Amino acid sequence: MDNLTTWFNDLLAGNVIFTPQTLGYYWTGLVTTSQLVFLSLVIGLVLAIPLAIGRSSRHRWISLPIYAYTYVFRGTPLLIQLYIIYYGVVFFDGIQQTFLWPILREAFYPALIAFTLNTAAYTTEIFRGAIKATPRGEIEAARAYGMSQALMMRRIILPSAFRRALPAYGNEVIFMLHASAIASVVTLMDLTGAARFVYARFYAPFEAFLFVAAIYLCLTFAILYFFRYLEKRLLAHLKPA
Amino acid sequence: MFDLHGYGPRLLEGAGVTIQLAILSLALAIVLGLLTASAKMSRNWLLHKVATLYTTLIRGVPDLVLMMLLFFGGQMVLNLATDALYDRFGVDWYVNLNAFAAGALTIGFIFGAYMGETFRGAFMAVDHGQIEAGKAYGMSNWLVFRRIRFPLMMRHALPGLSNNWMVLLKTTALVSVIGLSDMVRIAAEASRATHEPFTFLLPVAAIYLLIASVSEWFFARLQKRYDVGFGEH
Repeated sequence: MDNLTTWFNDLLAGNVIFTPQTLGYYWTGLVTTSQLVFLSLVIGLVLAIPLAIGRSSRHRWISLPIYAYTYVFRGTPLLIQLYIIYYGVVFFDGIQQTFLWPILREAFYPALIAFTLNTAAYTTEIFRGAIKATPRGEIEAARAYGMSQALMMRRIILPSAFRRALPAYGNEVIFMLHASAIASVVTLMDLTGAARFVYARFYAPFEAFLFVAAIYLCLTFAILYFFRYLEKRLLAHLKPA
Repeated sequence: MFDLHGYGPRLLEGAGVTIQLAILSLALAIVLGLLTASAKMSRNWLLHKVATLYTTLIRGVPDLVLMMLLFFGGQMVLNLATDALYDRFGVDWYVNLNAFAAGALTIGFIFGAYMGETFRGAFMAVDHGQIEAGKAYGMSNWLVFRRIRFPLMMRHALPGLSNNWMVLLKTTALVSVIGLSDMVRIAAEASRATHEPFTFLLPVAAIYLLIASVSEWFFARLQKRYDVGFGEH
């Protein structure tokens, strides 16, 4: 351990900008960004599944409100959504007295809520497209087996729709990683926030932003290869023979 | 009614800035996209590599980071250049990179990469026989491009183009972060000053939705125009 520390200090010796301290900021930023992106994606995914089923429903009073939600969230910039939630959360009457206030006061949770609602809207539309593209034969086969609507959804439609949605969902994950950079606008110390801090402190735009760009690039490629691997495993049956 | 504590007119001005920025960036992105697509399809090894590097790098980094890199870094490079000019030749000249130019350049540069992919796919979808027919008529390369390849390519490119435009439109909101007085920045300032965020942010969201809806209608008409001769779909 001691050896490692001396090696690390030697590596950074003479470097004014990338000191252990600033690297620490970048590390905190990486943790914040990962938490934000991961949590919003997981919660968004959980929300999107029932929403997508509702969106594909034949009853307009179910599908129309969901369409309105996805239309608004996909048609406006995430930054506006973030501002509305970040500045607007104070104005819910009596929220300052509830147990939620200590949570919502931090910039992290408004950002998490905005990101979650945003990704849920996009994911809903991705899944709806995949559900709509279910081959008729699969549904007819399920009916012929006497499956109920719920069982058919659970055993036939959703598993095959998830697989078909995989490539588009991979893009959404990368999109979310990139979109999370705007969290720095509401004073959150995410990766971009760390870069902005380092830039302001040393007036070194290239070092600060190129370094963070390289980190984002690595993360993007990691996600890309992960989804390629998943597609290879899960979509093997769709490959042209 | 649209006074909004006196911020109404400024908000409308900001909407104008947003639209100008979006259209200017789109024009830049289309030009860059066409160049990138040509470079990717060219037989020149170096051009192909450069274009691939460009599209890969741009699409791997967040827009906001690229924007800050160009805005803050670009100013630094400009300062160095003008300083050198002053030291060497005594030319006293100072260029201030404004947020509008930096925004349009960055967004154009980013979406040029996406457009490049869209156009490349669309160009490859054009039936080769059509191009040969044009050449058989004795058309020059440029004429073949203008009269045959481009119109036929657009039919395939329009869905992707429309999609890119919608994303581009929303990306313009980010330029407010580096100081451009577009409608997002004015609305955010007004929200902080008056403590009435909904009064300003909701109308701005509505304007974005309006622009998106109008664009959707416009692209549907364009698609109809470029689909002429290919039957109803």
